[in-house]
Amino acid sequence: MRMALRVNGQTHQIDCADDTPLLYILRNHLKLKGTKLGCGLEQCGACAVLVGGKVQLSCAALAADFLGQEIVTIEGVEALPLGQKVQAAFLDQTAAQCGYCTSGLVVAVTGLLSQDPQADQAKIKDGLKGHLCRCGSHPRVLRAVQQVVAQS
Amino acid sequence: MTRLATHKVGAWLWVSDGQITIISGKVDIGQRISTALMLIVQEELTLNTALMSVAPVQTDRAPDEGITSGSKSIEDTGAVVRQAAATLRQAARALLPQNGALWALQNGQFCSPDGTQKIDILDLITKLDPQLPIDAAAAFLPRDYGAASPFMRDLDQMVRGRFCYLPDIDVPNMQHARLVRPPHSHARLGAIELQILAKMVEEKVQVVRDGSFLAVVSPDEWAVETAAKRVARACTWVSDKTLEIKDIFESLTENNAKKIRVIDGIPDPKAPLVALKDLPYRARFEKPYLAHGSLAPSAAFAHWSQMGLKLCSHSQGIYPLRASIAQSLGLALEQVQITHVPSSGCYGHNGADDAAMDAALIAKHCPNVPILLKWTRQDEQQWEPFGSAMVVELGMALDPDQKISDFHAQVYSDTHRGRPRPDGAQGGPARLLANRLRADPLAPYVPLLNMNPQGGMHRNIDPIYQIGQKIIVKNLVQDLPLRTSAVRCLGGGANMFAIESLMDEVARDQGVDPLAFRRAQLHDLRSLAVLDALKTELSTRPTPSGQMPGRGMAFGQYKNKMTRTAISVDIDLREDGQILLKDVIIVADAGRIIDRDGLAAQLEGGFLQGASWALYEEVSWSAQGLLSQDWDSYPVIRFDNIPEMKLVLLEPSDAPSVGAGEATPGPAIAAIANALFDATGLRLRRLPFRPDRVLKAALGD
Ligand code: FES
Ligand code: FES
Repeated sequence: MRMALRVNGQTHQIDCADDTPLLYILRNHLKLKGTKLGCGLEQCGACAVLVGGKVQLSCAALAADFLGQEIVTIEGVEALPLGQKVQAAFLDQTAAQCGYCTSGLVVAVTGLLSQDPQADQAKIKDGLKGHLCRCGSHPRVLRAVQQVVAQS
Repeated sequence: MTRLATHKVGAWLWVSDGQITIISGKVDIGQRISTALMLIVQEELTLNTALMSVAPVQTDRAPDEGITSGSKSIEDTGAVVRQAAATLRQAARALLPQNGALWALQNGQFCSPDGTQKIDILDLITKLDPQLPIDAAAAFLPRDYGAASPFMRDLDQMVRGRFCYLPDIDVPNMQHARLVRPPHSHARLGAIELQILAKMVEEKVQVVRDGSFLAVVSPDEWAVETAAKRVARACTWVSDKTLEIKDIFESLTENNAKKIRVIDGIPDPKAPLVALKDLPYRARFEKPYLAHGSLAPSAAFAHWSQMGLKLCSHSQGIYPLRASIAQSLGLALEQVQITHVPSSGCYGHNGADDAAMDAALIAKHCPNVPILLKWTRQDEQQWEPFGSAMVVELGMALDPDQKISDFHAQVYSDTHRGRPRPDGAQGGPARLLANRLRADPLAPYVPLLNMNPQGGMHRNIDPIYQIGQKIIVKNLVQDLPLRTSAVRCLGGGANMFAIESLMDEVARDQGVDPLAFRRAQLHDLRSLAVLDALKTELSTRPTPSGQMPGRGMAFGQYKNKMTRTAISVDIDLREDGQILLKDVIIVADAGRIIDRDGLAAQLEGGFLQGASWALYEEVSWSAQGLLSQDWDSYPVIRFDNIPEMKLVLLEPSDAPSVGAGEATPGPAIAAIANALFDATGLRLRRLPFRPDRVLKAALGD
């Protein structure tokens, strides 16, 4: 099918199979490789993007379900003032080891804090429990979130 | 350090265009070795890290440093790079006009004593011969404690989603590949429905088959993903055998095993296998098979052309991998080139090497087409080489002064050494999964006893404490159901869990504070300092609170010679049997600190991996295949159970740097077990401490 997708503020015309998940469009058609494939099963959070400002896993949801909606990937996060703050906080707290989970987490934290700028630790932990980090960067990610909350 | 004598400065550090390149054979696997090497060069040359880069690790360029494993990179490579940098600084200083010794070096510039002249150290180094031998006597700069600020190579790229991992490789005309794996390791491909093969031709999906090795290839990644599932459904698999489902811990102690005594951490074939007497304190500990469970499933890039076979792999050992692949495919070594490209953290020998072989085989069937192969999550969880299940049986006796007089240990495990290594007996091709599936399949490699000091299952089975008499036997068990290899800590995780649980048990039975009990068995001043620092930190804390709170501690020194670690964990036990992690203190002495933040990250990350093993992780299977196939069936620690963590880093002056990446998981498990005992009086000796097991133990069955 042919469809138009709004990604990072631009409209893209895309030709793809009906059942193509959003992630594959982002990575392969649009060459936005920052959104990661971790499981394809909506279990790990590596593929998180923002749709209409809310966190959305992209590995299994069909691209066709997001026509006309504003999709923001990790590459577009730095255009958001909050996104920049989150990225800066991840840098300050060196909130990554291998970094494979990082783009999903930066996106998720940006999404969570845009909904609830004063979210407390418990809320954040709950909000991030769909995101795996196998290197154990969690304490640093939580510190990064605290840093952003403290600034707002 | 044997390499030092034979190596030239230029083999490690290369200067051109005002930039210094660090060349190392060690690869980044999420442990930040490149960052640490840059910080070492920064310390010795006072250069800004912006002027440095770390060369990609490639088989035809980088020094062959074997395998990046065992937390050895800082000790080995770090030491050589530091010596090479110190040699360059010394030689550069010799080129200074006069009174060179009096010129100060700061921010990469030499400054004359009167302050009128400045010369860039890199300009001087450019004039030096790269063949300059590394001078083992070149002195290091005195430590500048204020110097290092947190810095992590490429982090800015990672937070912006711009860092290229192996699965992100995308080159013109590239095609994607997926595998169709058998249901279990004994199954062989019988037939594929002809209809689906015709369909695939129609849809321009190429099906690659070599015996029971099956893959699909297409330019469209989603098409190949769905094609793999459709082809899988159209396959019939045959097997004369299924997976053994007898209780693994029974198999471990009952199957045939190669036995050997371990003396001072080293297997000794001459030591007699004496009968063990019954000691007053006895306990048996069990650890299931563990998955590496890397966040990115394994992947590889392969391109087969007249120029030979070019591969990109996230393997920890690209040299042995190259030799094993060349041998598997009948190629000369020079025809295979492997570049290391990072993927997500691996924590040991995951599917990386197998994926590289898979991709090579696919590329051979699709010459001149660049191939990017990705395993799926299910491939990864089912086919990666696991960390072996283990049984550790311990016995202990005290003398009248409450000192340990006798210690017995029997450790039972499969091998922790399944990496492809090409030389004859070590089995290169036989350890690559694809070679067991191809038309002319190789039999699984039968492992040999690991005779290295602190190797494999006997890592950390010899307690670090002062003990009168020790009898330690390791049992390399045969005919176990799953393929195994190296997972972070090898046997050390289970062994430290066992020893530190028993230490706790004995201390409490004797009515002695567990920390004081350990202290009384140690002479090593640095170990005592670590325990004392934990005690001091604990003295500032209130007793743990909650529904059913508990506090536990553990101590360990990785490989009995690397980082010393003491850990305290506060938990709270919920009514449903879930263990919540509350407050954690980690005290560590890793010698001279190079990358303080990186060290902290390794210690924290190691703790959380150990905690994940303690609470959640367990590979499971039926006769027909693996049951743990994804993150639901193989749960791991998540954000909802992350404790508050406090790190105390001790740094005795002049102590050499040692690796720390594997220091905390073992003590973490034991500290959690000991906290559970503190909370409930229950001693759980089988991992993981799942809620159902905790409740069962509480009910007394
Ligand atoms: S890749 Fe989407 S949740 Fe794992
Ligand atoms: S930093 Fe490696 S998975 Fe999170």
